[in-house]
Parts: sequence; structure tokens; C-alpha cells
Amino acid sequence: MWEYTEKVMEHFLNPRNVGEVENPDGVAEVGSIACGDALKLSFKLDENKRIKEAKFKTFGCASAIASSSALTELIKGMTLEEAMKVSNQDIAAYLGGLPQEKMHCSVMGKEALEKAIENYQGAPAKETGAQIICECFGVTDREIERAVRENNLTTVEEVTNYTKAGGGCGNCHDAIRQIIERVRAEAKPAVRPKLTTIQKIRMIEEALEREIRPSLKHDGGDIELIDVVGNRVLVATRGACAVCKASDITLKHFVEAKLRDLVSPDLIIEEVAP
Amino acid sequence: MKIVYLDNNATTQVAPEVLEAMLPYFHDLYGNPSSMHSFGGQVAQKLREAREQVASLIGASPDEIIFTSCGTESDNAAIRSALATHPERRHIVTSRVEHPAIKSLCANLAGQGYRVTELPVDKNGLLDTEQLESSLTPDTAVVSLMWANSETGVIFPVEKAAALAHERGIPFHTDAVQSTGKIPINVKKSAIDMLSISGHKLHAPKGIGVLYVRKGTKFSPFLIGGHQEKGRRGGTENTPSIIGLGKACELAAHHMETENTAVKRLRDKLETALLDGIPQSRVNGDLFQRLPNTTNISFEFVEGEAILLLMNEYGICASSGSACTSGSLQPSHVLRAMGVPFTMAHGSIRFSLSTYNNEEEIDFVIEKLPPIIERLRSMSPYWTSVAQACVSA
Repeated sequence: MWEYTEKVMEHFLNPRNVGEVENPDGVAEVGSIACGDALKLSFKLDENKRIKEAKFKTFGCASAIASSSALTELIKGMTLEEAMKVSNQDIAAYLGGLPQEKMHCSVMGKEALEKAIENYQGAPAKETGAQIICECFGVTDREIERAVRENNLTTVEEVTNYTKAGGGCGNCHDAIRQIIERVRAEAKPAVRPKLTTIQKIRMIEEALEREIRPSLKHDGGDIELIDVVGNRVLVATRGACAVCKASDITLKHFVEAKLRDLVSPDLIIEEVAP
Repeated sequence: MKIVYLDNNATTQVAPEVLEAMLPYFHDLYGNPSSMHSFGGQVAQKLREAREQVASLIGASPDEIIFTSCGTESDNAAIRSALATHPERRHIVTSRVEHPAIKSLCANLAGQGYRVTELPVDKNGLLDTEQLESSLTPDTAVVSLMWANSETGVIFPVEKAAALAHERGIPFHTDAVQSTGKIPINVKKSAIDMLSISGHKLHAPKGIGVLYVRKGTKFSPFLIGGHQEKGRRGGTENTPSIIGLGKACELAAHHMETENTAVKRLRDKLETALLDGIPQSRVNGDLFQRLPNTTNISFEFVEGEAILLLMNEYGICASSGSACTSGSLQPSHVLRAMGVPFTMAHGSIRFSLSTYNNEEEIDFVIEKLPPIIERLRSMSPYWTSVAQACVSA
């Protein structure tokens, strides 16, 4: 059973502002029944352009309903500028937190809010130029990029928890990985200082631990750093990787690419017998 | 709060008679059945009895019964044994609706180079034996098909499937975790080579399972260790649980008729009342080829986890095939394999009864569930449009 906070359960059992605002100023519908949750948000402004009334209708689990309820409570009384600043973390925080796997419920709330405001402002409802990355759940590159940026996500699993992307057939995992790398590369300083061997080893170990092992372990494999000689990184594969025919490809395309990106562009991976 | 437990395919309560049979073997009669003293030897005698009780329930002989730690271990042991004893063969046949114990194992084996055929099911969850037949090749090392589906209760024609495999010299395994104790099983009259049982699904405790291995079927042990279970499964016997499982099997044989009359009647009453009382609802799975205790009902345009948590407020326990309850983002693989539309799959609830349920409990659910569905539908953005369409039509 999920460990929901009391606040989540309270908002699920006694949701605030269920329904649809009559003659709304802004309205939006996000999600879909195929995805397992959907939210229709509508709001009305008062004479000072503050949100006077906000209502929701939600198809979804307890945390989806609680997140919708929290969202409507949060934005009441706000100007649209203030409401635009409400983040998915704010929704989750209002509820005393959500299980990691349910963070996408708060993201859905944030999306509905933005779209409803855009609807009021007459802005295009569809993002232009956005490309669907996850076919199963219809998630675009823009949505993934934003979730990665705003929540500082580093793994495909985290992206799935926050956006659902990659939670179906899994065919888009590589594409998601590329987006994560791209967004994280934006944040990195362009100039790299020259590294000493000790620094290299430390950074390689850290990169292995944070970025590489989780993916390998997901498939039952593991990797161990044996030595660093100049730019040669000597590693040994473990578990499923040690017997996997594709491990050469994994080492070159995944591990080496990651280390070049995170540590130094001159690194060369070499596998040694353990 | 009183608990109305309708989740017996997840686990069952330990029967009072079972608990009573087990208790002496924790503290008083704790001897090791392998010991060379009568303090241990008397426990060995009880294990023999338990083995006979288990064998008797499924029509096996006692030496065909291997005690394991759970259904998952039995499934793993069976598949890996078939592969180990047929090392030249690289093909596995199973179905798309198996329990994760088989499904994940086969996926894992596929990663190691085995070819895995997952047979499809039709919209009622039924298996076509002709498709099974055409999938079998000289390279097939094992066929593993569940006897009854845990989510829908749908029963596969395993005896016919076993015969088809046997004709071609292919070992046949069935995961009978859900069917054992609920419907009659007689391995003597079938060509089944291996069959898995889990204790906690039939009122024995958790942590005990059985693998039946037909005499003459080649077997390679999964857990290698001592001479226990004639060297087919190392590890000191879980004596209290084995004795408990023996008792549970004896009780199951005794209650088999009740299961198929009284329990079935309560299941049917619940099913009929919910379908009648709640519009846009339907049963998932074949109505006839089905366990007597299970019903899987979908309520369109609502989500399963929300239903479960609102029922939980009344102490009603059931489960759901919705995505949100599984931790994955997609609804149950069983319902998807059957082609149940997403609008239905997300709102599916499985009720699974036992001989411990009574009329009053069923009436309680029949009273409480319709308002829960109505409440969630009134919150659902899809329901209004559907309701309007119905009114205008």
C-alpha cells in the first residue's frame, strides 16, 4: 500500500472544490483515460483579476484527486502571475509530500493550471514544435525537459515518476536518457580544468555510482573501476554484464560516453579481466 | 472496524485448525527431522503425514511432493530444472497472463538467450490449445501454463495442454497456486510433469510451497544442499509450516464442495448485484471457465486505487488491476492481454472469496460499493459526458 500522508488522505476523502465553474474565465483538460489519470480545471477571476473560484474534475487515484484538490486551494486568491509560479513541488509540499512514484500527479496539476491560464490569455493551447517522446503516455520532449530541469532529475526512472514518460513499453528510454544528458549539459560549465589522476578517479567513481551503476543494476549487471592510467579507464564487468554479449557496446556507447561527458572528453574505456 | 476480507487470491487467513496443528512444532517439538534421536524422529513422522495429506489433495504419491519456501520458488525450480535437464533445447512456451513468478523468470531467461513464446488469450482470457500446439517445436524445453488466473480466475485447459506437450516429449509445468484447493486436481489422470502450490493461498501460512514432480520426470535441484527432500531441495525443513500445509490440504479437500457451492453462490450474488446496481460495469474473464471464488469487475470511468481506498474506509479488502495500485504505470498485464479497454481496465476490482466469508459481508459490500462508484464518477471529467450521452440517447 502507498504511504500517503494524512493530508493526502484527507484531501482524497474530502476533496475541496469538486465540479466545474460556471462561465469560467479559463479552463483546461490534461491527461487521458488511457494514461490512468485526467484532470479538468476551470477558474473564474474577480474584478481585481484574482482567482475567485477554482474547481476540478479528476479521474484518477487518491493522489491525483488530492493533488487536484490541493491545487484549487492553493491558487484561490492568487493573481495569474502568482498562479503561474505555483510549481508541482508546491502542490506536493502542500500535501506534506507524495510518494516518488506519484509525483506525476502533482505535475499533472501544474500542467492543467498552465493550460487553463493560457486558455484565458488566448495563447495557443498546444505547444508548438514539441515532439512526442513517449508514445504510450503521449509525453513530449518539452514536458520531459521541463520536469528534468525543475526537479533536477537524473535517471529515466525519476523522469517516469514525474512525467510517466517511459512507464509503458520502454522504447523511449534512450531518448529520455538523451534529454536528461542534454538538459544537464546546459547546466555544466563549458570550460573543464585539467584533472589530476586522483581527481579523475574520484570523479569517475562518483559518475559510476550516480549515473552508470543504477542503469546496469537495473539489468542485473555491475561495473568496477580497476585503475586509471592516463586517459585509459580500466574496468571489470560484473553480474549479468560479465556474461552479456552486448556488454562491449554498453561499455563503449553508454559507459564511455557518460564518463567523457561527466569527467573528461579524452577518456577511453578498456575492459580488463577481473 | 470489522474487516470484510475479499482478497483471498492475494493471501488467506491461516485456518484455526492449521494453526493448532502447527503450534507444538515451534517450542515443544522443535527437533530436526533428520536427527538420529526420537525427539527429532517424531517430527519426521509428522512430515510424512503432511506429505501424504498434500499428495492426497492432488492425486499424487507422497514421494512426488517436494516442499519449497513458496510458489515462486516452486515455479523457478520447475522451469530451471526443465532447462537444466534438456540443455540442448532453447525454447520456452508460456502465456501472456502468467504470474510474475513465471513471467519475469521467462523475461530473464530471454535475456540469457532463450527463445520465449508467450501465447495470447482471447477477450475472455481463454487459451487456444491449437495455438499452443503450433508453437511447440523439437527445440521446446518446457511448457508452463497457469491452471487458473489469479486476477480473473479464468481456468486454462492444462490437462489437454499437458497431453499435447507430453506427446512431443516436452516437460509440462503448471502454476496451480490459485486453483489448488478450489477446484479438483488429479495429477494421476493427467500428463502434468510439474505443478506448483503455495501454502498461503489455501489457509496455510506464508513461506511454504510445494513442487509436485511426476515420478520419472527428470529433475535437477534449484537449491543444492543437504539430503532433505531426497536431495531435490536442500535446506532444513520448515517443519511447522509443512505440518500446517498438510492440515490445510486435508481441510481443502473437505471444503472443496462448499467452495463450489456456497462460496460460488456468494460470489455470484455479489457479482449479479454489483452489475445490476452499477451502470457501465462488466465482468472481466470467462463466466464459466472460472474459479468459484473469483470475480473481476470493471467500473468504467473510475480508477481502481480510488475505489479500493474508499472501500478501505469501510474495512472492505479487495484488489485492483489499475495502473496506480501496481506501482507501474500501466494496468494489469492480464487485462491488457485480454484487450480490455483502458476505460475499463483502470477501474477493475477483483473480489476473491473464501469459505470464511458469509452472506452478511456480501450484503455489506453490495450496499457500500454503488455509492462509492457514484461518488467517484461524479468527480470524473469523463462521466458527465457519458451520462449526458445516455440521457439524450
